[in-house]
Amino acid sequence: MIEDHLPALIIGIPLLAGFATPLISKLHDKLRNIFVIGVLGVTLLLVGLLALTVFDSGIFVYVMGGESTGLTLPSGFKMPVRIVLEVDGMSVFMAIISSVVAFLGAVYSWAFMDGHTGKDKYYTLLLILTAGMLGMEFTGDMFNFFVFLEITSIAACGLIGFRINRGESAEAAFKTMVLYTLGALLFLFAVGVLYGEYDALNIAILASRIQYTGLDKIALGLFVGALALKAGAVPMHMWVPDAYAEAPAPITLILVANTQVALYGLFRVVFTLYGLTISTQTVGWIIVILGVLSMFVGVTMALIQNKIKRLIAYGAVSQIGYMLLGVGVGLATLGTPALQEYGIKAMEGSIFHILNDAMYKGLLFLTAGSIIYSTGKRDLNELSGLAHDMKFTCLFFIIGAGAIAGVPPFNGFASKLIIYESVYKFNPLLSVIAILASIVTLAIFVKIFQSAFLGPKLLEVRKEPRSMVFAMLILSIIVVAFGLFPNIVVDNIVSPAVNALINHMDYVAAVLGG
Amino acid sequence: MIGNLPYAACAALIILGIYALMFKRNLIKIVIGLNLIECGVNLFLITLGYKSGSVAPIYTMAEKKEMVLPTPQALTLTSIVIGLATTALILSFAVLIYKHYNTVDASKVRRLRG
Repeated sequence: MIEDHLPALIIGIPLLAGFATPLISKLHDKLRNIFVIGVLGVTLLLVGLLALTVFDSGIFVYVMGGESTGLTLPSGFKMPVRIVLEVDGMSVFMAIISSVVAFLGAVYSWAFMDGHTGKDKYYTLLLILTAGMLGMEFTGDMFNFFVFLEITSIAACGLIGFRINRGESAEAAFKTMVLYTLGALLFLFAVGVLYGEYDALNIAILASRIQYTGLDKIALGLFVGALALKAGAVPMHMWVPDAYAEAPAPITLILVANTQVALYGLFRVVFTLYGLTISTQTVGWIIVILGVLSMFVGVTMALIQNKIKRLIAYGAVSQIGYMLLGVGVGLATLGTPALQEYGIKAMEGSIFHILNDAMYKGLLFLTAGSIIYSTGKRDLNELSGLAHDMKFTCLFFIIGAGAIAGVPPFNGFASKLIIYESVYKFNPLLSVIAILASIVTLAIFVKIFQSAFLGPKLLEVRKEPRSMVFAMLILSIIVVAFGLFPNIVVDNIVSPAVNALINHMDYVAAVLGG
Repeated sequence: MIGNLPYAACAALIILGIYALMFKRNLIKIVIGLNLIECGVNLFLITLGYKSGSVAPIYTMAEKKEMVLPTPQALTLTSIVIGLATTALILSFAVLIYKHYNTVDASKVRRLRG
C-alpha cells in the first residue's frame, strides 16, 4: 500500500509537518525538536525505500490526483493531463543526499539554535526547504519544477536572513533573494517559450517533441543561466559567500544540498529534455568552461578571505566546478564512441563528487559553526589554539579538510581521481587545472587549520554539545567510509544515476509507453 | 487586431526591469525592477494562450465560441501568488536593512565584500 505512494508521501510529509510545527511549538520546545527530527527521519526512511524500489524495478512514475497512480495516459489521451512525478536513478540519488543532509541539519540545530528566539519559524522553513528540494528532484513537469524552485528560494532566503539582529544577514538575504527571483523568472520565461512551441509542460512529452529551433536555443540559454545561478557557478557566484557565511551553520549545510539540486535541474534539462538534439560539443564545452572558471575563481578568492565561513564558501564555489567539469565532458562526448571510453567515467566521477561534496562540505560548515558557537568569533585572526579544548571539532575538521583537498583516505580523493583520469583523456589541460585547484584548496585549509586550531590557547571556549558532535560524527563516518570503499558506492548508487542521465529515452518511455 | 504587440510589451517590461536591477541604487527601486520583470513574464504567459475574439474559458453559460487556452492562465495565477510572496519577503529584508544601516542606497550597504 505505502509503496505505491512513496514519491507523494516523501514530498507531502515534510511539507505538512512544516505547517504543523508552529502548533507543536506551542506545546513544548523539546517536543517540537523531536517532532522535526522524527519527521525528517521518516522522510529519510521512505527515500531509502523508494531508492530500493527504483534500483530494483526502474523508473517510478506517479500520477497526482488520477484514478490510478500508475496510469499516465488515462482513457485514450495522447498526453498526460495531470501532474506527473517521475523518479529515476538520478532523482533518487539526489533525494538521498537531500534527506540525509536535512536530517543531520535538524539534529545539529538542536543544540546550535538553543537560546535563539523564533525557532518555530526556523524549523517550519527548514522542513519546507526540504520539501521543496525533494519536489524539484521528483517532479516530471517543468512548471512544477519552477514552483518548487521558488519554494526553496523563499524558504532558503528566510533562513539566510534568520538572524535579524545582524545587518549583514539582511544584506545577504536581500542580495540572494534578488538573484534567486531573477533566476526563477528567467526559468519561467523559458518554460513559457517551450510551452508556446510544443504545447506541453511535461518533461517527457517535451523531450519527445523538441526540435532545437532558434527559440529552443534561447530557452536553453535561459535554463542554463538560471540554474547555474542557483547552483552558484562563476560568474553568478556573488551570492554564495554572503549567503553561506550569514546563514546559521545547519542551514548552510542544507544550502549546499540546495545548490546541488539546482545542478541536478541543469543536468535534467540538458540531458533529458534536450538530449541529443543539441550540439553536444558546444553545450558540453560551455559547461566545462563554467566549471573551470568556478574552480579557478573560487580558490583564488578563497585565498584572500579571513572570515572562516566565507573562506569555506569560496572553497565550495570551486568544488561546484568539479561537478560541472565532469558532466560537461560527459555531455561533450554524448553520442560518440568516446562516451564509452571515458565520458561515462567522467560523469561517474562528477556525480559521485556531488555526493561526496555534500558530505565533506557540510562537515566543514558544521565544524565552522561549532567554532563560532564555542567562541563567538568569525574572524580567523582572532582565533587560536582551539585544538586544546575542541578535540572533536579539530578531528572532524582534519577529516573534512583532507576530503575537500582530495587527500587519499577520504572520499574527495576517490571522486577527484576518477575525474582527473577521465578528463585527462578528453583534454589534459583541464585535468591539470583541476589538480592545481585542488592543491590551492589544500593550502587554504591548512591556513584555517594553522590559524584556528594550532598555537597558544588564548580563548575561553564552550565545549561542543552532544547533538552537534553526533551530526558531525555521522558525516565524518560517511566521508571516511566512502573514501575507503568507493567501488561499492559507485556501483550501487552512482552508476544507476549516470545511466538515468545518459539513457534519456527511458525517461520518455516511462510516461509515453513504448 | 493587436498582432505581436503584447510580445513587444513583454520585451519592453523585461528590459526595463533588467535596466532597473542593473543601474538603480535604491533597494526599493531594485524590487520594483524585479516586479517589472515578473509582470513581463506573466504577460508573456497570458499572451501565449490568448486568441483574438474568443471567450473566457468558463463553461457555465458560455457562448458557443472558441475559448482561450486556460492552462497559461492557471500558470500565471500561480506565478502571481509566488510573486507576491517573494516581493513581500524582499521588501521585509529592505526594511531590516534600513533599520541596521539607516539607508536604502545599495552602494552604502556593503559590509559583506571581497
